[in-house]
Amino acid sequence: MGIIEVRNLTKFYGKSRGIVDVSFDVQEGEIFGFIGPNGAGKSTTIRLLLSLIHPTKGRATVFGKDVTTHGPEIRKDIGYLPSEVYYYEGMKVLDLLKYSASFYEGDSTDRMKELADVMELELNRRISDLSYGNKKKVGIVQGLLHSPKLLFLDEPTAGLDPLMQRKFFDLIRAENARGVTVFFSSHILGEVQRLCTRVGIIREGKMVEISDIKSLQQSNYKKVSLSAPTLDSSALLLPGVSNLVQENGSLNFFYKGDINAVLRALAGLQLSDVAIEAPTLEEIFMHYYE
Amino acid sequence: MNISVFKFEFRRHLRSVWNWALASAAILFVFFAFFNTLSEQAALMNEVLAQFPEELLRAFGMSQLNFASVLGYFSLVYLFIQLFLAIQAGNIGFGLVSIEESELTADFLLTKPVSRRVVLTSKLLAALAALLLTNLLVWPASWGAVMLFRAQQSFEMSKLLLLFLALPLFQLFFLGVGLLVSLMVKRVRSVTPYSLGLAFGAYVLNAFGSVVGDVSMELLTPFKHFDAGAIVQRGGLDAKLVLPNLAFSLLCIAVSYVLYLRRDIHAVS
Repeated sequence: MGIIEVRNLTKFYGKSRGIVDVSFDVQEGEIFGFIGPNGAGKSTTIRLLLSLIHPTKGRATVFGKDVTTHGPEIRKDIGYLPSEVYYYEGMKVLDLLKYSASFYEGDSTDRMKELADVMELELNRRISDLSYGNKKKVGIVQGLLHSPKLLFLDEPTAGLDPLMQRKFFDLIRAENARGVTVFFSSHILGEVQRLCTRVGIIREGKMVEISDIKSLQQSNYKKVSLSAPTLDSSALLLPGVSNLVQENGSLNFFYKGDINAVLRALAGLQLSDVAIEAPTLEEIFMHYYE
Repeated sequence: MNISVFKFEFRRHLRSVWNWALASAAILFVFFAFFNTLSEQAALMNEVLAQFPEELLRAFGMSQLNFASVLGYFSLVYLFIQLFLAIQAGNIGFGLVSIEESELTADFLLTKPVSRRVVLTSKLLAALAALLLTNLLVWPASWGAVMLFRAQQSFEMSKLLLLFLALPLFQLFFLGVGLLVSLMVKRVRSVTPYSLGLAFGAYVLNAFGSVVGDVSMELLTPFKHFDAGAIVQRGGLDAKLVLPNLAFSLLCIAVSYVLYLRRDIHAVS
């Protein structure tokens, strides 16, 4: 049973689309990457899972409980870091964190201090005096201090300097090693590649691919580059070929499928050079968006 | 109810409590400082007032006032206090949940393990506690002003207490309507225009209704339901006006629960 199970989840804001028929599972203990450009529906999906908004159709369960009926119970074990962090401006960091902690069972004072230490967050400052990056740190501490079992990170690294990003990733990895499941939404592929085990790609409100990050990168797709003085690309119109670009005696395309089929097609051509390689995640990603 | 939310909310309202209680006390004392002089020359004053057109006096709720009596004079000041407390209750009502959305803290609060019903109940109870505290400050201030400046005139204490007790009921209307309206619009950017609009709107409706003598219009406004002059004259609240008023306030709150539970909290954009 998945920690998160989403079935045909659909959300319309009036007539404008949020997400359409999204289905996926997230297993216990994994770091699930959720990639897509701005406006694809990443935040909508997360907000549905947190019951901040209500689905138009479909259903979703977290910890096996329906999000529309068991929201408060589910949220006991959830930590959430929104993409934009806003807190009660007049409060001190410490007071905000205490207020946050007061909603959960158990004493999390030590944990709070520890996290603030790691993220180099000063607890006595006023929220209104904090820079964007520092507010983000408050968000990180506030999302983790109650030791949740499931973390929702919505574009979490924006505003953090590279050093802090690394500390943050280390923190997330450490949490994950303790068995925490992480749902990581981002439009930056590099960080998803670094952190995640599996990835879902969302585009215009629809899930276009869910795949193991390694298989997405290695086994499924090949990037084929050919050079030849004269080329007839019609020989390469095989099933599985996509993004075929021909210019100045070179030809590039992606191929997904039986590698022997494409090799047989290539064998009949007169080539001056050939390269078959695994595409970068960036290239796969662009491929989904073209 | 969630005690954390209650405490947090109550603390947030404290400034409003001090400000409006202080403003009410100030206007009470300033007005009542003139009571002695005015009541001595009540005959003259009533003569002056008789010069004004009857409609104007009615608009300001001064047609039935007797400046010579303590409670008559108090009724005039009471109108201002009502206006202040209406604005206060409106502010709190309009801002009760909308402030979380306009200051973008709704994500923080609503991703905590509390249901929306508990959040709203805690917020409402904190708001009621704040309004009650305001009253607990305004009542002794009123009593103090009356006792200090009454110039040995006697008055019926029970009627004064009745006027006091009417204030929180009066405020409930503005709290309830404010809350409901804030949940019916997409986003409340600033509560002040709304609360001023509601308070003055209700006031003007009462004044206007008095001028043209249109009873049906008057029935719509709590300024009529809790009219000091009428309360002093009857020696009691008019159940025919007050009960529907209370029912309406409670209905507003009940509908607010339904809307809040179904509300989509949109992402910051």
